[in-house]
Amino acid sequence: MTAAIHPARETEADAPSAAERWQHLLGGGWIFILLLALIAIFAVLRPAQFGSSYNLSMLAVNAAILLVLSVGQTFVIIAAGIDLSVGTVLVFASITSALVMLHLSGASGSTYGTTSGGWGVVLAGLVVALLSGAFWGAVNGVLVAVARIPALIVTLGTFGMALGFAQIMTNGTDVRAVPETLVDRIGAGTLAGIPVLVLIAVATAALGGVVLHLTRFGVHVFAVGSNEEAARRSGIDVRARLIAIYTLSGTLAGVAAMMSTARFATTTIGGHAMDNLATISAVVLGGTSLFGGIGSIAGTVVGVFIPIVLLNGFVILGIPPFWQTVATGAVLVLAVWIDQLKRRARERG
Amino acid sequence: MTAPPLLEARGIRRRFGHVHALDGADFSVAAGEICALVGDNGAGKSTLVKILSGADRPDEGEILLAGEKVRLESPAVAQRLGIATVYQDLALAPELAPFENLFLGREAMRPGLLGWLGFVDRSAMQRRAAEQFADLGVRLRSARVPISSLSGGQRQSVAIARAAMWANRVIFMDEPTAALGVVQTGRVLNLIRQVRDRGIAVVLISHNMPQVLEVADRIEVLRLGRRVARFAAAEASVERLVAAMTSGSAEAARTPA
Repeated sequence: MTAAIHPARETEADAPSAAERWQHLLGGGWIFILLLALIAIFAVLRPAQFGSSYNLSMLAVNAAILLVLSVGQTFVIIAAGIDLSVGTVLVFASITSALVMLHLSGASGSTYGTTSGGWGVVLAGLVVALLSGAFWGAVNGVLVAVARIPALIVTLGTFGMALGFAQIMTNGTDVRAVPETLVDRIGAGTLAGIPVLVLIAVATAALGGVVLHLTRFGVHVFAVGSNEEAARRSGIDVRARLIAIYTLSGTLAGVAAMMSTARFATTTIGGHAMDNLATISAVVLGGTSLFGGIGSIAGTVVGVFIPIVLLNGFVILGIPPFWQTVATGAVLVLAVWIDQLKRRARERG
Repeated sequence: MTAPPLLEARGIRRRFGHVHALDGADFSVAAGEICALVGDNGAGKSTLVKILSGADRPDEGEILLAGEKVRLESPAVAQRLGIATVYQDLALAPELAPFENLFLGREAMRPGLLGWLGFVDRSAMQRRAAEQFADLGVRLRSARVPISSLSGGQRQSVAIARAAMWANRVIFMDEPTAALGVVQTGRVLNLIRQVRDRGIAVVLISHNMPQVLEVADRIEVLRLGRRVARFAAAEASVERLVAAMTSGSAEAARTPA
């Protein structure tokens, strides 16, 4: 039997053709090269400022929260969905967790605006944040999978509801007293010289990549996004998978909520309205198809860094930072266009 | 008829409101034969196939698999009993590779702890998919590219290979060559013969009478929800099939199969 297989495989299957390599480059390789080129350009033009370890570590910290949200968004978009609610679910989860932490920690901390809450309080806050995020994610998932309402509408609705409830709970003002432990050890803390926030983001991305690319759940995410009907007929529980995918995205928004509270030492009700678009563009820049079925976590990591590196480089070069918005928008349109070209190229065979 | 039937339907009735889609229909197929199910539009072919593949339930009548009465409550139940359907729209995931489609919903897991944690065994799936394609004589341009880059005939072949991988008894094929060119049709028909030679009962639903005569071992004709004729392929002709489909004539119905 093996003898029968090998001739065919050697001649036809194993060596990727030039066309396949070209498609692979179109698929995600080019955006990585673009990122490297940007870094190289800024590093050559302003080596002292851009290449400094302080600047690089700030780049990574700026990317950390967005990356955690984008990992969840990657799962959702590969499953041919969309999650517009990530930013305000983050806000909701940060408010509920901050209120719980405030309630649990009595005295003020040594620094102004913090409380004395220790690791126990932080842990309780984390649990509340994760549950809050998971709750909104599950609501999204059930409405998409069971009620069969389009994800765009469902998550636009929960986008508003999560933000509204967060404002109702606090009368619209941020919770500014958060545990000192959280701010000092997580928000500003480092482990072996690496900011803790960055470590959390790296761990989330690594775990997300393993689950997406190596597990059965990950295969089913691709299958649901590629052809939902085929997945259903193959015996995959599409509803359960969709609910799990949206719940995962919500839960990661809960993780990001704790990171945000830790970093800014306050909740940030007004600061996350654009997170959904930022994550979607990061995911799409990273080669994940808006039509589902194609994508990777590695691509999303690259996609998260493109706008952040652009902004940083423009600031250092003295270019008005508003140009970053223009440049990111242009790269995003380019990315989707290349995705379309790639699809057409493949469908021609 | 020499071989005992593997899957047999007796007196199947199915009403949709006032419409009698099936009015006491009989059907049988034996292991290792290609049985074509033909009939005019509205004769009840698709209703019968849905009932026999678990996608619909009859109002009356019984279904026997290897001589035992079975209740096909759902496609999943039918699949567990070794019955599969290749749908006209193939139900493949276009972005996934052929081997991933072969194992869709039935992924091979890594042994031990990793498997328990949900890790799939890609190399085992690729190996077994390559064996399956080689066994059935399916030649793909590449086993790694997504389905969407394959030709229509190759996609059909992947869909049939998948059905043959998981169904060891009966495979229903709904117009498997409808959208294909001459060369690809020939390849798919060869593949169908390969599947039959494994001892699987193949039920072919087709409107293409010359093709039915070319590939089928036996032909059953439905008309107005009932079986009106059975032919051995050797004694059938397009004229006799069309006569049975349109008039259900006694002459055709009496013909021994």
